[in-house]
Amino acid sequence: MTLSEVAGISGKAGDFQVTIKEHPRYVDMEKCIACGQCAAECPKKVDSEYDAAAGKRTAIYVKYAQAVPLKYQIDAENCLRFKKAGSCGVCEQVCPAGAINFDDNEKKHDVNVGAIVLAPGFTTFDPARVGVWGYGRYPNVVTSMQFERFLSSSGPTGGQLIRPSDGREITKIAFLQCVGSRDEHKCGNGYCSSVCCMYAIKEAMVAKDKVPDLEASIFMMDMRTHGKGFDRYYQRAQNEVGVRFVRCRVHGVEPQGESGDLRLHYINEQGRQVEESFNMVVLSVGLEIPEHVKVLSDMAGVRLTNNGFAATSDFSPVSTSKPGIFACGVFAGPKGIPQSVVEGSAAAAAVADILAPVRGSLALEKIFPQERNIATEEPKTGIFVCHCGSNIAGVVDVEAVAAYAQTLPGVSHVERNLFSCSQDSQDQMMQTIKDKGLNRVVVAACTPRTHEPLFRETLKSSGLNEYLVEMANIRNQDSWVHASDPAAATTKAKDLVRMAVARVSRQIALQQVSVPINPKGLVIGGGIAGMTAALNMAEQGFEVHLVEKTETLGGIALYLGHTWSGESIQDKTRKLIEQVNQNENISIHKGCEVTGAKGFAGNFTTTIATKDGMTETIDHGVGIVATGARPMRPNEYGYGRIPNVVTALEFDRLFKLKEKHVARAKSFVFIQCVGSREGDRMYCSKVCCTHSVQSAIELKQEDSSRMVYILYRDIRTYGQREALYTKARTLGVIFINYELHGKAQVSEEQKQVNVEVWDHVLHRPLRIKADIVVLASAIIANPDAEKLTRLYKIPLDGDGFFQEAHAKMRPVDFATDGMFVAGLAHYPKPVEESVAQALAASARAVTLLSKTHVSLDGIKAEPDPDHCDGCALCIDVCPFGAITLIDRQPREEGGPVTKYITVNTVQCKGCGICQATCPKRGIIIQGFTMDQISSQIEAALAV
Amino acid sequence: MSYEPKIIAFCCNWCSYAAADLAGSSRLQYPPNIRIIRVMCSGMVHPEFILEALNKGADGVMIMGCHLGECHYLDGNHITMARLDMIVELLEDFGFESERLSVTWLSSTEPDKFVKAVTEMTERVKKLGPVQGEVQTA
Repeated sequence: MTLSEVAGISGKAGDFQVTIKEHPRYVDMEKCIACGQCAAECPKKVDSEYDAAAGKRTAIYVKYAQAVPLKYQIDAENCLRFKKAGSCGVCEQVCPAGAINFDDNEKKHDVNVGAIVLAPGFTTFDPARVGVWGYGRYPNVVTSMQFERFLSSSGPTGGQLIRPSDGREITKIAFLQCVGSRDEHKCGNGYCSSVCCMYAIKEAMVAKDKVPDLEASIFMMDMRTHGKGFDRYYQRAQNEVGVRFVRCRVHGVEPQGESGDLRLHYINEQGRQVEESFNMVVLSVGLEIPEHVKVLSDMAGVRLTNNGFAATSDFSPVSTSKPGIFACGVFAGPKGIPQSVVEGSAAAAAVADILAPVRGSLALEKIFPQERNIATEEPKTGIFVCHCGSNIAGVVDVEAVAAYAQTLPGVSHVERNLFSCSQDSQDQMMQTIKDKGLNRVVVAACTPRTHEPLFRETLKSSGLNEYLVEMANIRNQDSWVHASDPAAATTKAKDLVRMAVARVSRQIALQQVSVPINPKGLVIGGGIAGMTAALNMAEQGFEVHLVEKTETLGGIALYLGHTWSGESIQDKTRKLIEQVNQNENISIHKGCEVTGAKGFAGNFTTTIATKDGMTETIDHGVGIVATGARPMRPNEYGYGRIPNVVTALEFDRLFKLKEKHVARAKSFVFIQCVGSREGDRMYCSKVCCTHSVQSAIELKQEDSSRMVYILYRDIRTYGQREALYTKARTLGVIFINYELHGKAQVSEEQKQVNVEVWDHVLHRPLRIKADIVVLASAIIANPDAEKLTRLYKIPLDGDGFFQEAHAKMRPVDFATDGMFVAGLAHYPKPVEESVAQALAASARAVTLLSKTHVSLDGIKAEPDPDHCDGCALCIDVCPFGAITLIDRQPREEGGPVTKYITVNTVQCKGCGICQATCPKRGIIIQGFTMDQISSQIEAALAV
Repeated sequence: MSYEPKIIAFCCNWCSYAAADLAGSSRLQYPPNIRIIRVMCSGMVHPEFILEALNKGADGVMIMGCHLGECHYLDGNHITMARLDMIVELLEDFGFESERLSVTWLSSTEPDKFVKAVTEMTERVKKLGPVQGEVQTA
């Protein structure tokens, strides 16, 4: 339901009544074919929201080219017809599908649901609210959202880096960070928006790529590149691409005369006031929760934090204060794409947990008629040429194409449709297939990427195998792109139809591969992430095996104090252990390690062994890897040599036990990034800044006369954690910035520990007499990960953490189906992110476990026994390890045993790399055989 | 009539074929000389097809795949790239100019890049002229 908003929520978990208001679209979704003729003719132009007002759109529009559903809508606020009845109406006249409906009305829907997920997103801070940046006054001051569009080839400047005031090329650009973030005074947003540092670097990099001589500077307080792979990107920007980073918050933008240039004042690293001018200034605007979302939260009865984000607990990061209502994405706190995706899946897991008893009760299954066997028939191809209104017929001579199609081999029926995709054409097509006994179909219309599923369905409904249809793309790749050359477009359309006929006549019926699913889960690792995932799956009714290497559940969490928001990790972990112990669906295997594994999604067999060599095999459908990480043992700052130099974990323990040296100490120095963000370990351990700041606060709160110093490179109290940083400074904790080349020197002289460091404010060396030095040491990958990577064919990244299938869109999946990752095994992260990822992994795993079978596309590799000679070249190139070399028994007795291959159709994804590698045509891809592609080449060149 | 070459373009389903579709939705215009063959991955294009196309009368062949590192099948486009040197050698052995083959990496949201690649290739092949007669029988 698009263009819809929630108007009312009542009821309770398991039984909510939701009223939804659906605004009129004024375009019939069933009829609109998104040809865009309406927008091409619409006379009313307004600022485009998508282009952040840097470009224009019309009053009838789609938000952007990839919008789903790809259906136009009328913006009644701006449409001339709605201003004056009876006027304009051009869209109605030009629409070939008759989809315009000016009489459309607002509709109300009442739905009864068991659970609600709130994912309303955010808005960006509007810098016009504060005058100092000159936004809205100086045209060359733009927001990062606008700049993103300037960089896009589909944006208002066609991807050219020119500035709005005079169209001149940009050669010098400044990015100002924390506009609308980390700023109580000017905008009231004390929190960090978490994403702006990274997007500013990205925008600077893309801009430098477009204009190599571009001077790009980023003005920031701290660079917060705490995500996976982010620090390496930051390094690359700085050292390889030459983006300049200036550690200074700039408080205002001034015009430089009439030139359109902009002047910034800032303090440089030497402490001097500098003035510099730029062609363009980009404001890295922060994220905010818009007012209407606050209204929605009120309606839902969901509590918000002071910053306006949904209040959640660190151990249930997607549960709001109201049972049955869940939150994810930026609504639950500022965050980037990967964590938003994780939370989306986590919310699904939380919902599945409470709705498990009714799973599948509303699902309907479509029944198709028995499939006709056409294996022995000669091709009888039916061709359907679509006019797409005038989208195709307005350029291509469709009559000529249809007449030509009639002459092609094996063609026994040709017809033209105004819209081949309309329901009546579909019904007609089904009838024709049956009446004329067609066994192949070619639809010459738009693109298979959007419409092939529809036509496959039509074939299935008429008793034909769904793979026997081929589309000739004569709209997107012909009439639309050769509009001014109808003759050439018509010739091309004939060629495309001929190619489609050649290909489909060599197509055989294919069956989807049906894989039975063993509805059991295996979780490797019994820390917070592993236990959370196991518990969520178990509570949904699935049997889970939880394998833990040590004799105790809990993992590193057993050594941690509390989360950033102050929840006790010990208490919650103990409770989690108890729940896991009591759940009858969970079998716990303590003191066990995984020693062997085989199988694939739906059907794995894993062998585990105890320390004394007892083994057990477990059959399971999915696996979740949650093997955690390890604290690094520092080898600098006198650690191990000077007794009062300790790691953060050691300090926590000493502090909790009120150990006398710590209890009496008056001066504490925390050193950040010990082993992180340098050398081969170029990643941020993510949790240490927050941890040290929290410890500093506790020390100060216990005794305000204590001196507490934090030596840092960038303080990364991202998101709402920023409140802790603010609090620490208010309490008098002293923060001293250091650069990698100016690390502190720690020495001991007559039992006195001295820390020497360069002070970035005073610009002179500083010697601190420290009683206790706390090292924020890095989190490093679990060395056991290596073994699992071989057993399950799941990769590690360069730092030894597990590599997810896609950094942004598939953050808990492995490229190997059926295997998932959660917690620190993936990358260092705080408790709430581990829990969210564990829930997400469970949700992803349950999508498989909840089915008895899964169907996979029938396009698969198949060995050809006559041509394969077992050379095994295909095995090396298969990205999914789907091909295995086997012995082939001799054809006649006494002959030699030769080699041959076998393909696991569950693992094969039909990419065809094997087919293109094989020198002997020993392996073929059904649906894309050598013969089929070859026939297309021949057909393309036949005339 | 001026010489109008025919170019076979292998487009991967996930990126370049989608970019070609988007070029249409965006009403970008390009020369009508290419004939697209949709493949699941650029790594599915057997070197034989390139020779076959040129032998059967194509004047140029394009391979278009996802950006390196963004392959739908993990590293299919890397494999395509790894084959290129060999393909170029093959072409030269058979007497075809290596310029008759072009390789482009692009994402599904870069229709402009698709159009640029097709336009440039058409220009390039027009300059080269038709494939010389004697190699057609090779």
